[in-house]
Parts: sequence; structure tokens; C-alpha cells
Amino acid sequence: MTLYRDTGVVLRVQKLGEADRIITLITRRHGKLRAVAKGVRRTTSRFGARLEPFCHVDVQCYTGRTLDVITQVETIDAFAPRLVDDYQRYTAGCAVLETAERLSAEEGEPVMRLYMLVAGCLRALSAGERDPSLLLDAFLMRAMAFAGWAPAVFECAKCGAPGPHQAFSVPAGGAVCPTCRPPGSASPARDTLVLMDALMHGVWDTADLSTPATRREASGLVAAHLQWHLERQLRSLPLVERRSQ
Amino acid sequence: MYEGPVQDLIDELGRLPGVGPKSAQRIAFHLLAAEPADIARLQDALQKVKEGVVFCDVCGNVSEQATCRICRDARRDPQKVCVVEEPKDVLAIERTREFKGRYHVLGGALDPLSGIGPDQLRIRQLLSRIGEHDITEVILATDPNTEGEATATYLIRLLRDFPGLTVTRLASGLPMGGDLEFADELTLTRALSGRRAV
Repeated sequence: MTLYRDTGVVLRVQKLGEADRIITLITRRHGKLRAVAKGVRRTTSRFGARLEPFCHVDVQCYTGRTLDVITQVETIDAFAPRLVDDYQRYTAGCAVLETAERLSAEEGEPVMRLYMLVAGCLRALSAGERDPSLLLDAFLMRAMAFAGWAPAVFECAKCGAPGPHQAFSVPAGGAVCPTCRPPGSASPARDTLVLMDALMHGVWDTADLSTPATRREASGLVAAHLQWHLERQLRSLPLVERRSQ
Repeated sequence: MYEGPVQDLIDELGRLPGVGPKSAQRIAFHLLAAEPADIARLQDALQKVKEGVVFCDVCGNVSEQATCRICRDARRDPQKVCVVEEPKDVLAIERTREFKGRYHVLGGALDPLSGIGPDQLRIRQLLSRIGEHDITEVILATDPNTEGEATATYLIRLLRDFPGLTVTRLASGLPMGGDLEFADELTLTRALSGRRAV
């Protein structure tokens, strides 16, 4: 029996048997980790609410035959109570968790940057100081950059011609010049591309000044770009409440 | 692998929640050795549950008739409605024998990770029920987990627009029979904020 410790964020919980749960975490050193928490659904469980989605925890596990088993948990940050107090923040947080789970496909493969990104985004969401929709889009842009699919915002995604350009093609990989523009490309406002760049690089002064219409258009492009590269729909993304604060 | 019908039965039993391959095999051989009358009774029960059970038109609980036993009972207080996630939660609250009002079963909790949003739950029916009947108190008894709390938050936002309606949430805190030293920070925070004068 090998014991190990790591810190991680709970991405998903699934019921197992009478009172157990399978907990999916994104961890600092072990990447995505699926482990069994025994008896966690009983009201007298010593894990209590520490293994709920959004919880940032320090876990101790031992290596099992198929799944590892969680033996101890300590809370680092309990994001859940502050996220569930606001439905918009909750839905944005769920989209963050689902994206992180999809982007860390292989169990045990370290995804340190994505882990830091998830914890940082949940911390910002629970602080409640910024529009949850903007925080989610910033997370999605940076998560895509981590996966190697960052959309080209100013230069042409095909030929690299410096922009700004007026067309945006999801299959092409971002903004496209008039020569490379494939049929069916979107024509976003210039402010939308400026906002996407600001979200990618954390220029919050620019992002905070954007209009609701610009945010809506940027959200649409970011979601389309992400789901094109993931090759499947994210279940939580259509349920995100997109009202600007 | 067993031959034909025995393996089919093991496979079917193995699809039930919480039944692993070994348990499925044990149940299958138990059924094989059972009296024909016992098997007939089981067959009958399975058929009835599929054909005879419907969801109550008013509260969404499982029922034999169009309206469930609790909604038909004139002695129950129609002004108090307890909102729960699943029919089994109705049974859990009924076991306390403390609540004399009626229920509303949502059919789950808001869980975007599983693709469950407000439209997949019986929230619209709850709002029209409150609008059409003289309901004075709604007790939110969703599970005290992340999804249940988010559902309660969402419902509170919708229900605060109804004049004269009191919305309450089940208390949460330390469980009976537990140790304080093992209580997690979330539960202890809840217990402290919800403390009462004695």
C-alpha cells in the first residue's frame, strides 16, 4: 500500500455503491486523479463537506488496484459556499470544472498550469469582484492556450499577416485576413477581439470597460472555439447565466 | 460465463445500481433456487411498478393515482409546501412525523456538470402552484451539498417576488452522533452561523 499526498481541486463527484463516492480531482503533481472516498455520503463521515465540487483540498490517498482510496482530507480553500450563493457564479464555476476535466484527459499526467488556473479562477469567482462571465471567458482563453489552441486574435491564423482583421473563423483558428478568409467566417466587432486579447493577457482595465454586447459576442466566439477543438459540446456551457454586472 | 438464460439474468441484474458481478451472480442463483410462487410475486411487483406507478399531477411524487396520497389528504396543511429533490426525500421527511404540510418534488437538483438546468426540473410547476394556491410558506429541503445549495439559492431568487410568502431552508450543522473534532470547516461554519439561544 503506497501512501501519497497532493493538493487538488474537486472537479466532479459520482455516487458509488451505498455510501461511497468517486471523486475526480485536478491535482498539483498527479494531474487528473480519480479516487474513492468511502462512506462520504453518511452524515457522520469524517470527510464531511470537504469533498464537494469546487473544494480546494490537501488529500492523502493510497494506491488501490483500480482506483486509489482517499484516507484524509484537509481544506485549503472552501470555494463552494461563496459560489453557490450566486447562481451566475455557480454556473460559471461548473463550466470551469468541466473544461478542466476535459482538458486533462489522461489520468496521472501532470497539468500543473491548468491546476493553478482552475484554483485561481475559482478564487476570483468566489471573491465576487468581477463579472463571472468575464472570468469564465478569461479562464477558457487561457485554458485553450495551455492546450495549444489559443485563438489568433490580431494576426491572421492562416498566414500570420499582422492585423487587426475583420473576420474570425473558428475552424481556421481565429482572426483571418481577407485573402485567407474561408466562407462562413464571422465578422466580430473590433472591440470584441480587443476584449478577447485583454482576457487572454489579464488586462482587466480594458475588460471591465467592455460593453454587454461586446462581452456576449466574445463569449460566443470563445465557446465556439473551445467546443470545436474539444470536438464535443460542454454540458455546462449552455447553462451559464450570461448577465453582465 | 454461464449458459443462456442464467448469464442473461446475471447481466441484467448487474446493470442495477450498486449490484456488482458477484452480487448479480448470487442473486441469480438465489432466484434459480426460489419457489415458483416467490418468482411470480416478484414478476408481478416489477410489472406493477412499471405499469401502475405514475407521478402525482400536483407535487410530482410517485403515486398509484393521478394525485398522490399526501396531496389528497384533507388533514394536511395546504399552506405549507416542502420542496425536495427526489421522491425518496419525501419518505425521509415523513419518517420524522413532524411535518404536516405538503410536498413538491423537483426531480433532481441544478447540476450543470450533468446538463441539468432549471428547465429540466419541476420549477415552473412550483411557481404556478404558489401563484394559484394560497401557500404561505415554502420550506427548501434540497440536499445540503453543492448542487442542493445552488438549487436553493436559485429558488430563493425566484420566490422572493411572491408577496406574503415565507421561504425557509432546512437547518444544517453538526449531525447527531458525530464528533466535533472530525467536523469539517464548512459544517462547523454553518453550525456556528445557525446557532440558537437556549
